[in-house]
Amino acid sequence: MPTLKIDGKEVWVEPGTNVLEAAKKLGIEIPHYCYHPALKVAGSCRMCLVEIEGMPKLQISCHTKAADGMVVWTNTEKVRKARQAVLEFLLVDHPLDCPVCDQAGECYLQIYYMEHGLYKSRLRENKIKKEKAKPIGKHIILDQERCILCSRCVRFTREVTKTFELGIFNRGNRSVVDLYPGISELQNRYQGNLADICPVGALTDRNFRFQTRVWYLQQAKSICPGCSRGCNIEVDYNISREYKAGGRRIPRIRPRHNPKVNGYWMCDDGRYGYKYVDALDRILLPRRLDEGEPVELSWPAAYTMAADLLSEATKEGADKVGVLLSAKMTNEELFAARKLFSSLGVSRIGFRVEPKEPGYEDDLLIKADKNPNTKGAELLELGLGAGKSDVSALLDAAEAGEVDTVVIFNEDLSKSSEAERAEAVLPKLGRVIYVGTNWNATAAKADLVLPMATFVEQEGTFTNFEGRVQRFWKAVEPLGESRTGLSILAGLATALGLEPVSENAEEVFAELAEQVPAFFRGSATRNLVSTGNWLRARLGRR
Amino acid sequence: MPQVKVLTEFFDVPDSHKIDVWEKHGGYQAIRKVLKSMTPDEVIEEVKRSKLRGLGGAGFPTGVKWGFVPKDSEKPKYLVVNADEGEPGTFKDRHVIMNIPHSLLEGMMIASYAIGAHVAYIYIRGEYVHPARRLEEAIAEAKAKGYLGKGIFGTDYDLEVYIHRGAGAYICGEETALLNSLEGKKGWPRLKPPFPATVGAFQSPTVVNNVETLSYVPHIIARGADWFASLSEGTERCGGTRIFSVSGHVKRPGVYEAPLHTTLREIVYDFAGGIRGDKKLKAVIPGGSSCPVLKADEIDVRMCFDDLAKAGTMAGSGGVIVMDEDTCMFDTLRNIIHFYAHESCGQCTPCRQGTGWLVRIFDRIAEGRGMPGDVDNILEIAQNIMGRTICPLGDAAAMPVISFVTKFREEFEYHVREGRCDLEDRKQRVAMAS
Repeated sequence: MPTLKIDGKEVWVEPGTNVLEAAKKLGIEIPHYCYHPALKVAGSCRMCLVEIEGMPKLQISCHTKAADGMVVWTNTEKVRKARQAVLEFLLVDHPLDCPVCDQAGECYLQIYYMEHGLYKSRLRENKIKKEKAKPIGKHIILDQERCILCSRCVRFTREVTKTFELGIFNRGNRSVVDLYPGISELQNRYQGNLADICPVGALTDRNFRFQTRVWYLQQAKSICPGCSRGCNIEVDYNISREYKAGGRRIPRIRPRHNPKVNGYWMCDDGRYGYKYVDALDRILLPRRLDEGEPVELSWPAAYTMAADLLSEATKEGADKVGVLLSAKMTNEELFAARKLFSSLGVSRIGFRVEPKEPGYEDDLLIKADKNPNTKGAELLELGLGAGKSDVSALLDAAEAGEVDTVVIFNEDLSKSSEAERAEAVLPKLGRVIYVGTNWNATAAKADLVLPMATFVEQEGTFTNFEGRVQRFWKAVEPLGESRTGLSILAGLATALGLEPVSENAEEVFAELAEQVPAFFRGSATRNLVSTGNWLRARLGRR
Repeated sequence: MPQVKVLTEFFDVPDSHKIDVWEKHGGYQAIRKVLKSMTPDEVIEEVKRSKLRGLGGAGFPTGVKWGFVPKDSEKPKYLVVNADEGEPGTFKDRHVIMNIPHSLLEGMMIASYAIGAHVAYIYIRGEYVHPARRLEEAIAEAKAKGYLGKGIFGTDYDLEVYIHRGAGAYICGEETALLNSLEGKKGWPRLKPPFPATVGAFQSPTVVNNVETLSYVPHIIARGADWFASLSEGTERCGGTRIFSVSGHVKRPGVYEAPLHTTLREIVYDFAGGIRGDKKLKAVIPGGSSCPVLKADEIDVRMCFDDLAKAGTMAGSGGVIVMDEDTCMFDTLRNIIHFYAHESCGQCTPCRQGTGWLVRIFDRIAEGRGMPGDVDNILEIAQNIMGRTICPLGDAAAMPVISFVTKFREEFEYHVREGRCDLEDRKQRVAMAS
């Protein structure tokens, strides 16, 4: 293990580690632009120059391997001068249009200039004109004038997506990042990451562009519910300026680094798939159908009605009730729902909904299963044991007259492989209760609809496809009168006179971990660090 | 001081580029000797003892460079000839190729044998159309005689030589940019380490040598390292001769071969015949446009690598650019910086932005819009480029700027202040006085 001294402090690192990373280990930040831990070293920005004893010239710390006995200084006069010079050079042709640039506030030209800048412009010349506001992909817009040619984006398309759309063209200070000739736009499903890795405002996100200033945003750690990968994400929410971003509370979602799940990346489907949380079709109030006419309800009335419907049904026989949970629900919600419905004697509790068409999958991040918690539901031993589609089993039972009451949690059957049959069968049933976030064809026909919170409005855990239990935190309050799944189940339990259900996800998880052997015994949610916990089941030590 | 001719001796021989003429003058004997009686290590040792240094500009000892190629590597090894002669003021490689292409080919054979390469490339600048053709003809001649290809000279040693023509970028004369270009990539210099000797062309050990450097090798082998080393007297770490390209305000511009203890004054006044129109000398750039300039009183310096370094400049590629008293240093430097800004590859920040910025400052001053502080800014920008770039192009741009501005500061101040050249003013004053 090489042991080296950085700014007088000793640190040992793995062989092959560069000086920049070694310094990071000591909490010393060496400013840099082109270096990105997930990409090959380019060594071109020259911002990370440091002084190494015994070497006459300053060395770039991203390309210098830490060696035993190395003595590095990251903040000497010489180094500071070099950084100042690089920043001055970078700004020679930078348009300095910060007031209209979306990157402002999280731009590394600004951030480093605050600390290392010259604060005295010596430029008296005109800046070079290049192409501005050029859409280069469905989600990305390019400003060549703001670009500092760090080549991160080029390397991303070469090394991560391997789609090779971007290159640097021309020479000297006429150099520009652009699409290769013959390519009209970015063709990869991960282009949102380009806006993330661009250290300046050259590549910005068309979804986020001009929506809000980044300093109005707060962050909540979360898990992407877009597929069973469970990419770790940061939910950027704005509650201080309600009029921004067209009233959307969540203007954007960004990947959160987790080396074991998603690295630094996330896919575009996940990144832009959250918009339903602020959509106009959110269910905001409980509602029942009175002779086909919608009537809005208060929550107490809704709970009473739901309890009545369920009691009536179970009186005829608990077999008559079918419950369709969802693999989009958290482990806690699934566990609480299983407990509640089991205590009513209901045994038909499924969750599998087969999509009309199989989902897209690749070998980078995207999984075909578009539900975040299929594994969790499986470990809770839910399901009707009828293969891929619990919906089919329920519809079979309904057609056979064995079931006349169904409770559907957040699954639009009109988008499932059983769309036609569901459309025919559901209206014939005696009672249909729908608990969900957004209006859809299934919710519209339900006798009672209860508004549920989305993933950004609650906390909980999802179990990803490899059995990793990952916690996410709440960003914003549930919209309108919607309530979290746990809260709804707790209200139902009370209305039905059953054992109370906790509304607190952490308490429910503690109970779940106690009772379900597949989950790590004794692990409470507070122990689930951002990397998630492996399940004992996966480790084979049940 | 007479010229000492090793390579240029053949320049005057009619049809010296033809293989028969070349062989009549002792050509292809050294390679026969090498293949028959020398091991690769002995060849490397011999070249080391000859004190031959890289004549493309860096002056790295050639034998030492060959010795860096790992013996135990399973990868193929390559020899690459850098014929991308682009340094302004340098034109000796063109003459070598046009006159004695077989000397280069024989040198390549010996070098390839020494490093264990069976494929060698000649990367020649695209503008050298005739030299490229001449090389093609020479290769065809050698092939026809069985000197190239499978089992050359009846031994079991194979060697193929390919010509790759560049597309006109100065940066591709930098060895790693050259390798990228050779591989079909953009001509961007690579980060070092790894150096080409371990990871070069196609990720394999590679030696990149200049045309002139390799052309000396057959003569070293034929006549002995000691003979070559002794050609330069009193120069400890360099031996032999080199070809100087002399251009500018001299009576007889051209290529002159001389030992390295020759002084710059001898080259300018003896070989090149002194200053045109018998004017006064103002300044000389001794090794191509990227080398710091020397003032008229600084030219009593020997042309060996170490002495020129001590004098604060470089031996570079041997391109001696001579400027007489009527030369405007501002215009000259403006021309040079335009060149480097145009040729900067744009990969790393200081060179890309620094050269581009300098050009705009020089142009502004030339337009008569100089501002106080411009000269200091020019100096500081150049110093901020110096030593902080991936490849030497940054230094190559910064060094002339620093040396010109430091040594002729008054002229630059005058341009900034008055918006015109003091030479013109001086001429006017002289005219008015008479």
